[in-house]
Amino acid sequence: MSVVTKSPDRKVRRRGGAPERRRRKPGWWLPYALLGPAVLFEILVHLIPIVIGVWMSFIKLTKFFIANWGAAPFAGLANFRISLDFSGVLGKSLLNSFLITCAFTVLAVGLSWVLGMAAAVALQKAFKGRAIFRTLFLVPYALPVYTGVIAWKFMLQKDNGAINHLLVDNLHVLGDKPFWLLGDNTFVSIVIVAAWRLWPFAFLMLMAGLQSIPEDLYEAAAIDGAKPFRQWTNVTLPMLRSVNTVVLLVMFLWTFNDFNVPYVLFGTSEPAGGDLISFHIYNTSFLTWNFGLGSAMSVLLVVFLLIVTGAYLILTNRRARRA
Amino acid sequence: MKTSKTLVGIAAAVALTLTTAACGNGGSDNASSNGDSKTLTYWASNQGTSIQNDKDVLKPELKKFEKKTGIKVNLEVIGWNDLQTRIQTAITSGQAPDVVNIGNTWAASLQATGAFLPFDSANMKAIGGKDKFVETALKTGGAPGKTYTSVPLYGLAYGLYYNKKMFADAGLKPPTSWQELVTDAKKLTNPKKDVHGLALAAGSYTENAHFAFINAAQDGGGWFDSKGQPTFTKAGNISGIKRYLDLMQTDKVAPTSNAQYDNGTKSVNDFANGKAAMVINQNNADNSIRSQGMKPNEYGVVPFPAPTGGQPVASHVAGINLSVFKNTDNKAGALKFVKFMTSKDVQKTLDKPYSALPVLKDGKVTFTSKAKEAKTFQKIYNTMSKPLPLVANEDQFESTVGKAMNKMFAQIATGKSITKSDIKQALSTAQQQVAASSAG
Amino acid sequence: MRETKPEKLFRVIVLVVLSLFTILPLYVMITSSIKPLGDVQSAFQWIPKHLTIQPFIQMWSTVPLASYFVNSIIVSAAATLFSVAIAIFAAFAVSRYKFFGRNVFTTTVLSTQMFPGILFLLPLFLIFVNIDRSLGVQLVGTRIGLIITYLTFSLPFSIWMLVGYFDGIPRELDEAAKVDGSSPLGALFRVVLPAAKPGLTAVAIYSFMTSWGEVLFASVMTTDANRTLAVGLQLYSTQTNVYWNQIMAASLIVSIPVVVGFLVLQRSFVAGLTAGAVK
Repeated sequence: MSVVTKSPDRKVRRRGGAPERRRRKPGWWLPYALLGPAVLFEILVHLIPIVIGVWMSFIKLTKFFIANWGAAPFAGLANFRISLDFSGVLGKSLLNSFLITCAFTVLAVGLSWVLGMAAAVALQKAFKGRAIFRTLFLVPYALPVYTGVIAWKFMLQKDNGAINHLLVDNLHVLGDKPFWLLGDNTFVSIVIVAAWRLWPFAFLMLMAGLQSIPEDLYEAAAIDGAKPFRQWTNVTLPMLRSVNTVVLLVMFLWTFNDFNVPYVLFGTSEPAGGDLISFHIYNTSFLTWNFGLGSAMSVLLVVFLLIVTGAYLILTNRRARRA
Repeated sequence: MKTSKTLVGIAAAVALTLTTAACGNGGSDNASSNGDSKTLTYWASNQGTSIQNDKDVLKPELKKFEKKTGIKVNLEVIGWNDLQTRIQTAITSGQAPDVVNIGNTWAASLQATGAFLPFDSANMKAIGGKDKFVETALKTGGAPGKTYTSVPLYGLAYGLYYNKKMFADAGLKPPTSWQELVTDAKKLTNPKKDVHGLALAAGSYTENAHFAFINAAQDGGGWFDSKGQPTFTKAGNISGIKRYLDLMQTDKVAPTSNAQYDNGTKSVNDFANGKAAMVINQNNADNSIRSQGMKPNEYGVVPFPAPTGGQPVASHVAGINLSVFKNTDNKAGALKFVKFMTSKDVQKTLDKPYSALPVLKDGKVTFTSKAKEAKTFQKIYNTMSKPLPLVANEDQFESTVGKAMNKMFAQIATGKSITKSDIKQALSTAQQQVAASSAG
Repeated sequence: MRETKPEKLFRVIVLVVLSLFTILPLYVMITSSIKPLGDVQSAFQWIPKHLTIQPFIQMWSTVPLASYFVNSIIVSAAATLFSVAIAIFAAFAVSRYKFFGRNVFTTTVLSTQMFPGILFLLPLFLIFVNIDRSLGVQLVGTRIGLIITYLTFSLPFSIWMLVGYFDGIPRELDEAAKVDGSSPLGALFRVVLPAAKPGLTAVAIYSFMTSWGEVLFASVMTTDANRTLAVGLQLYSTQTNVYWNQIMAASLIVSIPVVVGFLVLQRSFVAGLTAGAVK
């Protein structure tokens, strides 16, 4: 039981522990020195570029100025106005892409979580061959993104692809070979491909979480007459709450910002169903050399993610405290 | 609570770094990657069968140049997927090569950035004078009335390739008008055998933009007015595009799967493998056709036909141009190099492996041993081609109209029908996109 | 505990379905890599009719795969090494000290994860160019620039995970070491790090995989001299042909080092996650 009594919330524990340490005046600089390199690189590679990126969203940085962008005129909020003008073409398509991305994220993350959870539970108890499955399931996650996605692209071709061969020629589920890399079906394709890549991560984290749930909790539940499903809802889920909080947030951020999967899958033309937002911004602004506009769209995306993440953290913290 | 902390964090970071960021701009001052006049950096586009193949082709020529002038050329061959991004970042940062290959359709857009060396009379003289170039080719050097910032290097033109055996078996002659093209194609189409009259690169936005342009030109359309403002919804544009889309939609001479052909290679492969009786491609298709095992005497080429009574435009003036970055620290060397690359001997050597048409007035076609094909392509290039719009927003035309075409082909492929009013709608959206994104 | 029937049924179904889902692309990748070009360009066959190892031979000459391989290995290994080292010190500071700015640091670092790469792609490129100009350190078109970029990309996750891991190592151990006369850093090296080995492995694997698979920044920051595999693989779809069989063969070769490394070390990875992230 000793593991269980550990508070699941790191912050709470740290807050309790920290004041006990005496502040040693002579060594006050040590933590700063330790952080030094990390801070340096973060500033260089993340913070300054982000600040410049935000600044770019306020200037008129089109192809007429990129060679000398000190001369680019200040655009005020014009870039943002264009992005948010949902009656104009650019705003409308941005909104459309945003909604597709929301649906995509919910489905891809949801599916990944369900698959990951199913696999983690199926492999919770020891049996012969467990290690083989565990190893196999981790392969999609270990593969470099582009190789896995390229393989899917090859499989999703209409005429010569393995998927249509399987569905139409082998299983006869569908009459005509549908397009998977064109039109509305691309939504299905991209959800499947993203989930294929992502679910092993959910599996990995949840499996790790399951290992820290003591066996006797299940035994106690079994003695109370709880069936496996009840055991899952009454023991597993509550014990995994903090893991889930982290896993879902991380997967949400990765998936919402995903650029690689649509880029490798669709190249430089965005199909109706696979028009994810990072990819959309890249195509509508960076590809046409309007960096100011592209930056404004990216900034709006960040603002949205900040709000969602903030709300999510506040919500889960509150619930954790109440529990 | 969390968010406010994050905001504080970001605000702190902003305060900390604003000063540094302020000096981080600007890119047009004189700095280049190599510091002396004895070297040049040259970015070549991928023209051969692979990057490695390009290096093998170019290296001996660069050696000759070094022997002649003492200037060493650092070569980098860049794939088409990357070339635009690489040029973009080079312009933005000022960290650029000395000499670069550009798709000639980008010439006016790149000229507008002001990052390239204008070929004024002195510079033009240094590379051997403008009179050595074929006039059609030279005109792609930039917007009319402005000093060109690029000169032609390799010439390309669209031609209609046809399979001689399939035509002979069906008792057909190569088409000379659009109507004939469609009738012939229908006769040659046999979906049961997976054979079609035509293969189209209907999923490639650049190819689609080219065909939107060519078909519209045949119908008397046009994409920009004299002030450089977009006129996408002109009647000729709509009817031209409709005609092209109908090849898949109503004539059904091209398979719907063509809608996912995102580059010209795939349609050419179908042609070379006997799955399509005809394909419209630039003359460097010869390379792919041969590499797929089809023999030169098995195919013929005629100009891409216009409808009866239409304008005889068979191609845009396609090809690759050479540009020099303005901030080069070796201007004299760079000009020497441009002169060398556009010299008779080098042109003659390179045109063959790259299947290019001569851009020099007295140049001979070397990429094919078939006199007839050579003549046809030279005729198309010199007399039946029009340059794509030579305006700064040409790149926007390619991406917005090309992508609109992609979408319409995708809709046709997935069973929807596209009417003239749909096309008008799509073009008007594209036009608004151009307007909105250049306003920002 | 004995397994009930429905439990077993559930397990079998889940394992079969997920195995098929996982294997399908891998199977296609492997079988396509040993088919001739003509076969991969025509109708798909589950069982390859003609076997050939040509793709595995040709792929080295179609693009200079070998040199991309070397670049990827050097870049990923160096980025991993530095990233882990830097993360160790930062995580130790955050875990063991209370100091002004600690929360600002952790939240700022973590919130960088929210920014889409395309927002700071161009600015980062510009910064590198300006460093080159003012300090003469060439960062674009060299491996150093990529190493700096990638090590920073994996820092936030690494720091966050190590903080969790270090928090799990009892402070009493540090204190004991200090009583024995160790400096704080001595305690880090002698007590904390040995106890945190699985956490370090996990972080190292994560960094390596991040660097090995990055596409967007590599496509802008690399030239012939430092091109990595992620970009190099795209070069197989050239103008004249799409070499699907070579792409699949190269994908396999490129994947093997990371997959094998990951699978060999997966126990440590899981252990690292259990103690670090999963709390």
